[in-house]
Amino acid sequence: MAKVIVVTSGKGGVGKTTTSASFSSGLALRGNRTVVIDFDVGLRNLDLIMGCERRVVFDIVNVIHGEAALSRALIKDKHCDNLFVLPASQTRDKEALTLDGVQRIIDELKESFDYIVCDSPAGIEHGAYSAMYFADEALVVTNPEVSSVRDSDRILGILAAKSRRAVEGREPVKEHLLVTRYNPTRVAAGEMLSVDDIQEILRIPLLGVIPESEAVLQASNAGTPAIHLEKSDVAEAYKDVVARFMGEDVPMRFVTAEKVGLFKRLFGGR
Amino acid sequence: MSLIDSLLAYLRGDEKKTAAVAKERLQIILAHERAGRGADAPDYLPALQEELLQVIAKYIHIDRDMIKVQLEKHGDYEVLELNVTLPERPRA
Ligand SMILES: Nc1ncnc2c1ncn2[C@@H]1O[C@H](COP(=O)(O)OP(=O)(O)OP(=O)(O)O)[C@@H](O)[C@H]1O
Ligand SMILES: [Mg+2]
Repeated sequence: MAKVIVVTSGKGGVGKTTTSASFSSGLALRGNRTVVIDFDVGLRNLDLIMGCERRVVFDIVNVIHGEAALSRALIKDKHCDNLFVLPASQTRDKEALTLDGVQRIIDELKESFDYIVCDSPAGIEHGAYSAMYFADEALVVTNPEVSSVRDSDRILGILAAKSRRAVEGREPVKEHLLVTRYNPTRVAAGEMLSVDDIQEILRIPLLGVIPESEAVLQASNAGTPAIHLEKSDVAEAYKDVVARFMGEDVPMRFVTAEKVGLFKRLFGGR
Repeated sequence: MSLIDSLLAYLRGDEKKTAAVAKERLQIILAHERAGRGADAPDYLPALQEELLQVIAKYIHIDRDMIKVQLEKHGDYEVLELNVTLPERPRA
């Protein structure tokens, strides 16, 4: 049975699109037939992060309006065989995503894919709502920062009350905490909320921790999802996340600071 | 220790790291927001809270944050909980 996974956060700019790109690529690399949908209508970006922006012809709104067949709007990813991208419209506004239309698309995708990953826009308005409504599972992307944690809590409340699973009284959406842009050195210095703090506050199972890394910018510059970068922490961290999602027991990495050098130990500095 | 105190303490250097301050603040605000959200927090709660505040203020001088109205679910029935913290009585 195909699974629908929403990548959501409430707060903007925390790493949803970066995560959607790497997570869907990771699922596909493991042989799963995967499609990733950009729900950020009006501010499409997933195409750029996946490096397929010049191949966009039709988008999700065209499909909803019956102007293009779903199969014609799907773009095959250039890095992975089993991955397809359904881009958002750049010119319409988010109201164009009717629940009815989205449902038809998801139902059709369920026939040929194992995983349907939905990259949510920021906020708690219509766009975010239509991205999470059909979800079976949710990756709640959270930065170690007060406003991000608060917004994640808000989104968790919405998932629990307004998703289709909640409305129909079915088993609730399975929630996963994904802490991104984590800086273990600052955590050790007491300057940043720790993963444990965040988990204690949000009270949902931790799927993984993605370190803050300069490699992410390089990946987006090149239009290559970060998971493909050689020898980078972020790529390793995203691979771990996918492995855990698939049920493997992988220990957490990148949560503790590297050894502090002699200079720092001598001269302190908090 | 109040938040301002802890922030001052931090700036003075006698600790309480900002991450700890952040955690404490989040725990307080989220406890509050979750209570308001409840299972299906009815939307009259804020108005009810406001009117109760006005009535109580006729008799006792209290601050806005000294009164809290929330709906709690206990099994099959719901309890409307009204919490008023009275100011300390000045000693005669
Ligand atoms: N682990 C990371 N390390 C460093 N930078 C990161 C990391 N993850 C994301 N970023 C950067 O943060 C910015 C926002 O990322 P991204 O676009 O994925 O967020 P978003 O949640 O999708 O934003 P929006 O809410 O606008 O859709 C980008 O510049 C991205 O390169
Ligand atoms: Mg995005």
